[in-house]
Amino acid sequence: MKTFVFTKENEEKFQEQLKKYPNSDAMMLPCLWLVQEQENWISPEAMIFIANKLKKTPIQVYEVATFYTMYNLKPIGTYHIEVCKTLSCMLMGANDLIKFMKDTVGIEPGQTSEDGKFHLSAVECLGACGGAPMFAFNGEYKENQSVESLKKLVEGCK
Amino acid sequence: MVVKVVSKKFNISDYHKLEVAKKNGAYSSIEKLFTMTPEEVTDEVVKSGLRGKGGGGAACGPKWKLMPKDDPRPAYLIVNGDESEPGTFKDRQIFQYDPHLLIEGIICSSFAINAHHAYIYIRGEYKFFSDRVDEAIQEAYKAGIIGDTVMGHDYKMEITVHRGAGAYICGEKSALIESLEGKRGHPRLKPHGKECEWFFDNPATVNNVETIATVPFIVENGYEAYTAYGTKKSPGTMLFAMSGPVKNPGVYELAFGNKMIDFLNEVGGGMKDGKKLKAIIPGGSSCPILTAQEVESAVLDYESMWDIGSTLGTGGMIVIDEDMCMVEAAKNLIEFYHHESCGQCTPCREGCGWIDDILAKILAGEGSKKDIDTILDVCVSLNGKTICVFAPAVKDIIQSMVQKFPQEFEAYFKK
Repeated sequence: MKTFVFTKENEEKFQEQLKKYPNSDAMMLPCLWLVQEQENWISPEAMIFIANKLKKTPIQVYEVATFYTMYNLKPIGTYHIEVCKTLSCMLMGANDLIKFMKDTVGIEPGQTSEDGKFHLSAVECLGACGGAPMFAFNGEYKENQSVESLKKLVEGCK
Repeated sequence: MVVKVVSKKFNISDYHKLEVAKKNGAYSSIEKLFTMTPEEVTDEVVKSGLRGKGGGGAACGPKWKLMPKDDPRPAYLIVNGDESEPGTFKDRQIFQYDPHLLIEGIICSSFAINAHHAYIYIRGEYKFFSDRVDEAIQEAYKAGIIGDTVMGHDYKMEITVHRGAGAYICGEKSALIESLEGKRGHPRLKPHGKECEWFFDNPATVNNVETIATVPFIVENGYEAYTAYGTKKSPGTMLFAMSGPVKNPGVYELAFGNKMIDFLNEVGGGMKDGKKLKAIIPGGSSCPILTAQEVESAVLDYESMWDIGSTLGTGGMIVIDEDMCMVEAAKNLIEFYHHESCGQCTPCREGCGWIDDILAKILAGEGSKKDIDTILDVCVSLNGKTICVFAPAVKDIIQSMVQKFPQEFEAYFKK
């Protein structure tokens, strides 16, 4: 089995943030974030690594990692497109954006394209209702979008 | 109609940078703050009638008074920035345009409850905004605004940004603390009497971002300057948001007591493309829906909204036009709640899924009157039988949609 360790930079970030809490338990979410920044997803090996670091059992880490939707528990495509599908965005045409991805890239929410380039998620309210419809592109908010602007963005992804 | 209390500096460009903020009067309440005692600050906030802006509307000052006196354990202020209620996008305006106001508010509020460390819990999706707040905090540390002293005053103040990772329920204060403690965001059982929150067994207070950002104004200008806005029972102002098919969606600060229809037409510019208004969900998706007719008489303050059987919530209005099918809207929202239920309590975990299934059946043309009765029956089981108010909120919105727009559901029934 492969093992996981933090890069030197992430180890420093970990030590720095650890000082800010009265109990190391609080480092669970920050640790999972650091792993995801490093590897783009959270592997079972990384969960064992976190468990050892925070004096927890691996199942306790797994329990937390599976609760929060933003942690990727398997590798995803290079470009992650998260279309907000909740009411305000739906009213303004979010379904058209999802349909566009299905028709042109061939992926439904939750799927990665065959070449590993795109991953589509239909997510719940991202708190950008005033700029509906919107999606996040690798975490960056793109508001007041349309099928045309999404098409342009997808075509521009090399 | 629009007023400027919290949003006063939103339009100054680059105001999130300390240099610009200082030039325009940021941190001006701090000098006065340190001439007061913590009790005086709390009293001022009590008299101002400031209420929690995160949706519950609980009075802020009395909440601070729940902090135990002379407790040897360290006290904590936890700022709730897990803004996830559909239709709500106000706290991010503060993160983006005036993070130093939030820091100033944290200093004032921490001083009142004798906390020396504050955590700002920001939803994971708000990476851009949490980075911006973090930059502002680092600037404040460097300039000696926070750290071992507060602008030269003998008060230690630490502020830490903590990122969530995608869970609506973490906006519930006890679930937020569980999450901050590194666990699943499961709301805690509530104590019988009123008491403060507990963070690793240390006393803590949880306040919404906007609430905290309002405190410097009250400290600096006195409670009377705040109560000059709004109504007698709902004093002050609030950041109201408007989304959906309107001409000018966005966040606007209003005093309490304005008419909803005036807000929609005068500030929001009215409906887009000349469409007819069908309904408004007033304060984030968890409030009972208002029909177009009810909107005509609705007034934006807590008491008036309760009087017409809804709530003000977070003030994030979702406007629905004539083109939107109410069954599809209900299905969209129940999918949200089904996905976001933490799964701890059976009525909520199973009830949301059950309603989701029934609405899918109705939309497929397979439903009947009996299904509507089942939905309303499940709503009864959702209300008041769970640890937190998530399930009662689901009941509020679904029940109101079914009861106020029955003809739309009936139109789908099996012929």
